[in-house]
Amino acid sequence: MTFLGLGDRTWLWLASVCYFTGLVLGTLALLRDRRQPRLTIYGFVAAGFVLQTLGLILRGLAVQGCPIGNLFEIFQFTAWSAISLYLVIGATFRLSLLGYFTSCLSAVLTLVSLAAPGWDAAHRINAFGGTPWVALHAALALFSYGVFALLALAAGMYLLQTYSLKHKQLHGLFSFLPSIYELDLISVRLLAAGVVLMTWSLGIGAFHWLQDLASVDTPKLLTAGVWLAYLLALLLRLGRKLVSQRLAWTCLALFAAALLSLGPVNASRHPVTPDGPPAASQP
Amino acid sequence: MSAATLFLLGASHQTAPLELREKLALAGGKLDALHGELQSLAGLEEFAVLNTCNRVEIYGVATQTEAVARLQAALCALNQMDARVFEQIRLELHDLPAIQHLLEVAAGIDSQMVGETEILGQVKDAYAAAQTRGTTGPVLNRVFQKTFQAAKHVRTHTAIGEGQISVASVAVDLALKIFGDLRRCRVLVLGAGDIGEKTARAFKSREAGEMAVTSRHLEHAEALAGAFAARAIPFDQVAGALPDYDIVVCSLAAPGAVVTRAMAALAMRRRATRSLFFIDLALPRNIDPDVAALPNVFLYNLDDLAKIAEENLALRQAEMERVRALLAEKAGALWQQIEPRMGGNHTEG
Repeated sequence: MTFLGLGDRTWLWLASVCYFTGLVLGTLALLRDRRQPRLTIYGFVAAGFVLQTLGLILRGLAVQGCPIGNLFEIFQFTAWSAISLYLVIGATFRLSLLGYFTSCLSAVLTLVSLAAPGWDAAHRINAFGGTPWVALHAALALFSYGVFALLALAAGMYLLQTYSLKHKQLHGLFSFLPSIYELDLISVRLLAAGVVLMTWSLGIGAFHWLQDLASVDTPKLLTAGVWLAYLLALLLRLGRKLVSQRLAWTCLALFAAALLSLGPVNASRHPVTPDGPPAASQP
Repeated sequence: MSAATLFLLGASHQTAPLELREKLALAGGKLDALHGELQSLAGLEEFAVLNTCNRVEIYGVATQTEAVARLQAALCALNQMDARVFEQIRLELHDLPAIQHLLEVAAGIDSQMVGETEILGQVKDAYAAAQTRGTTGPVLNRVFQKTFQAAKHVRTHTAIGEGQISVASVAVDLALKIFGDLRRCRVLVLGAGDIGEKTARAFKSREAGEMAVTSRHLEHAEALAGAFAARAIPFDQVAGALPDYDIVVCSLAAPGAVVTRAMAALAMRRRATRSLFFIDLALPRNIDPDVAALPNVFLYNLDDLAKIAEENLALRQAEMERVRALLAEKAGALWQQIEPRMGGNHTEG
């Protein structure tokens, strides 16, 4: 499947270039001019998002479903989810540096996935057996991972700002960080949004698992464990038992665990087609 | 004179001590009187007067050599200042250097507090006043409009205005880094001393939320509270009130710690998710330094704030050469536009 003669991977490469350009320009502006070109970064991230959306649509048409059938697609979809949320949050909350860090995360996720050919060597055509609910379950789960990716960024920024204020190091990168209050607020909202999305996803999944209990394997339990941990973190935060730096560290640790769980979850699914990329997925 | 000249005549804190600046200041009706006199001065085509506590500078366009001397005589006569005294403090620049000077003034690099922003507003006011009186023309209009653009450019593209350089403003800046918006913050001022009052005033000017003042002498607290529309609370109620406040400014003259780690820890248990910012301006310190180890609690003492202010000032000063070079470029470009309108040959420098 191509658009303007270019295949899905080419569009995804172009998207990565946009994210990477946003990252490079942001870094140069911070180092050279000691300012943060928020609008420029937002523009590059938005352009990357459009190109990535196009690439994922082409891939989705090629695999006849949501393009989350292999590790490459999972990383791409997670980055896309984080970016789509940033475009809303960044415009609404105008959080300094969030765009810079988001372009950094997206550049890393997309470039790593593009640079690892093995991740995209095999494809699952119609990976969800034509069951739209299962596809929705998987897409929602990955979208919630995108939310948790953004949460991890906000948590990292919270820790940096706390370090800066505690150690009285206020210049350089630290001077652009949002306030502790804003970072805490956005973290709680992202945590709640992620938990709601993942609960929705697991709810749909559970409906199918209950009909086939034998299909409940370790990777599925791992995913449920990630959800449970995030839910617990949210409840503890709402109950004011898990706050400030401890909440931030928890969010970072949980996202690392969530990322690590993606490999086993992906490997446990239906066998992949051994014949390489789907038809016309290359430029 | 074969051609017109763009000039600056005046004195500033760079050339004149306070006593002479006081004498030269155009207070009361003097400014109006000067305007009236200059409007009828032969050979003076355009002018604008910048009159602040640190400078009296007249920017103008003269078509006769004697016009600047006549202006000087009028200024001295108005202020009853001996012309010889004025000549010792006089700053007189022509053409490109005059433009460069105005750009540096507007950008804040000629100010006593390098990088301050108030001066740009004052330059704008001076220009607006001159426009209203009809004393500006094509040359000064262009020069001032380009000056505002240049000042904005250097503020955006350099660190000349970055960071606060007074202890009170640094404290406010830190509070913004913690709470984002001070309108939802409650401020408790411990002690009614001078530095505490200045800091409280800085918070009030940034629209901080509810404020309360306490002192070992309630009448002192009430006096200060009255000045800020704050409420005074008895000193023995500090521990109980602590959890209700986000920012605590302490400038008591107490011999030891008034806020202990145990008090702060107890307050944080009740505050849970909200940060607590302590500003200890007292000497000896009145807030136990161990308070800083508590999660979500931030403690800054007088030395910390002074150090940040010094660092910010150093950062601004380090930017001065860069700003000056940027402004020189802009002044050069502007002079190239202006020079043909002046007629005749001018030398730069």
